[in-house]
Amino acid sequence: MTVTTSQLHARRIWKRRLNSSLFYLLVIVSMLPFVLPFVWMLMNSLKNALDITAIPPKLVFVPTLQNYRKIVSDPNLLLYFRNSAIIALGSTSLGLILGLPAAYSIARYRQSQLSLGVLLARIIPGMSLLVPWFIFFTFTRLRDTLVAMTATHLTITLPLAIWIMIGFFEDFPRELEDAAVVDGCSVTGALLRVAVPIVMPGIIVSFILGFTFSWNNFLYSMMIGGPATRTLPVVAYNQIDMYRTDWGAMAASAFVLTLPVLLITLFVQRYIVRGLTFGAVKG
Amino acid sequence: MFMSKMHAAAPISPHRGPRDDSLGARLTSFVDHHANVLYPAPAIIALLALFVVPIAFTVYLSFQSWSLSATYLPKFVGLQNYVNLVTESRFHQALLNTFYYTILVLIIQLPLGIVMALIFNRPFWGRGVARTLFLFPMMATPVASLIGWRLILDPSTGVFRLLAPLGVPPITLLATDKLLIPTFVAIDTWQWTPFVALLMLAGLSGLPVEPFEAATIDGASSWQIFWQITLPLLRPVVIVAALFRIIDTLKVFDTIFVLTTGGVGSAGETLNIYAYRESFEYFHMGYAASLLVVFFLIILLFSLVLMRIRRGE
Repeated sequence: MTVTTSQLHARRIWKRRLNSSLFYLLVIVSMLPFVLPFVWMLMNSLKNALDITAIPPKLVFVPTLQNYRKIVSDPNLLLYFRNSAIIALGSTSLGLILGLPAAYSIARYRQSQLSLGVLLARIIPGMSLLVPWFIFFTFTRLRDTLVAMTATHLTITLPLAIWIMIGFFEDFPRELEDAAVVDGCSVTGALLRVAVPIVMPGIIVSFILGFTFSWNNFLYSMMIGGPATRTLPVVAYNQIDMYRTDWGAMAASAFVLTLPVLLITLFVQRYIVRGLTFGAVKG
Repeated sequence: MFMSKMHAAAPISPHRGPRDDSLGARLTSFVDHHANVLYPAPAIIALLALFVVPIAFTVYLSFQSWSLSATYLPKFVGLQNYVNLVTESRFHQALLNTFYYTILVLIIQLPLGIVMALIFNRPFWGRGVARTLFLFPMMATPVASLIGWRLILDPSTGVFRLLAPLGVPPITLLATDKLLIPTFVAIDTWQWTPFVALLMLAGLSGLPVEPFEAATIDGASSWQIFWQITLPLLRPVVIVAALFRIIDTLKVFDTIFVLTTGGVGSAGETLNIYAYRESFEYFHMGYAASLLVVFFLIILLFSLVLMRIRRGE
């Protein structure tokens, strides 16, 4: 039996379709494990106490906001939220203010020993810094102050800002800035008026990642913070003990805690990918 | 003479028309000529205060005996803390656990990350959305996602209830010694494999096209292309990914601490958790400091070895 060309053509199309649907299946299967935990958390936060422990687990249920109401009724919630925001914004801004000129200088004057020092900051275990800080802040009675918290979080945001900005300044065409200097602009003027606007994406990347890592930090905040400066991750952690079997409230507070960071991720994912992979691949 | 030296330091000397002797102009000129020192200075001072001074203090403490008391000051004990450390079986156990954890992470996350990168390297409809969802596990606040994982693993709220109608008894991963570290690693894999995949994706997008074209013309199978071309070309990125994962995995804290509410048994205790307990639960400050010095040296050693391998390419 002979096969006509049109039959062959149709077969090829079907084969391609099968291939692409198999490929989509592969994509979905590889995505699911990364997404489902969030779905499970969200679902649990919307269940009442009975539904949450039902056997077998209920996939269809009447959603309730009672868990969220319980979280919001905590009179200190606003304080914790404010603490988290102030410390994250403060340490990220300070990190950029200190880190930007340093990164510029490292990139422009090729100060490689300095960049090696910054790399070392990534390697040092936080615990070996935390012990001396804890002692220092305890004896100076600075524990549980926003100053101490912001300072400790600066160890996350400053090296990060320097590291990311070195990459961006190295990519930045030096001729542009030399031209500005020849035209009578000071070096600082050239940095502020010519270089900074061009490396703005880098500044955004450093800001987003710095904010996120500071917001997410648990260990430093737990040890250096206290009742007045408690941040959201520490509050959520304490609730594990406080709520014990009140799983719905726990899920709701976890979700509220991470929501700001997830929203940031959603809106600026392009920048985040660039920031996370920058130094790594350029090497 | 001094002036000429300063001019040599600045790459381009700014010359502005008529000579301006005002204070502001002199200040600007000073900053311009010393930018290579003045620009990094504030950051260096901050890094010294926040990193170097504490590290120096930790090294000092490691030769002392002290329980964080204001009345009984640190007492010099020489190398006693280090001697105690290397003979302490709990330290050996923590060291083994840390290495076990790190090796599991590497042999699971690196291949998985490469496979995921290969899947996502192909353009397809909805790739942007998929990539965003991909970022969630590593960007989400660890305490929050770990609370989520507690709910998933707990016998009364977790996924294992799905198996209940089949007559499977409740599974408690976090209460089984042998499964502790594999469970931590599984969650770590959920959190960090996307990061490895992102690095690999960035690496893949930077590869030259020619070798692949040549191989396709020569009729190489995609399997051959992967093993003989893609993987060797990707090697530097794989090493960088390994470096990042090793540094972070050796220091793992949140995962273990939150999943076990700070009460992990010796079967799941890593160096960082052990150091935390010695410092903040038992207040053996000197001993903990010696542990932290050794811990730092271990991480430094691994990093230097990997950086040497990378440089050797």
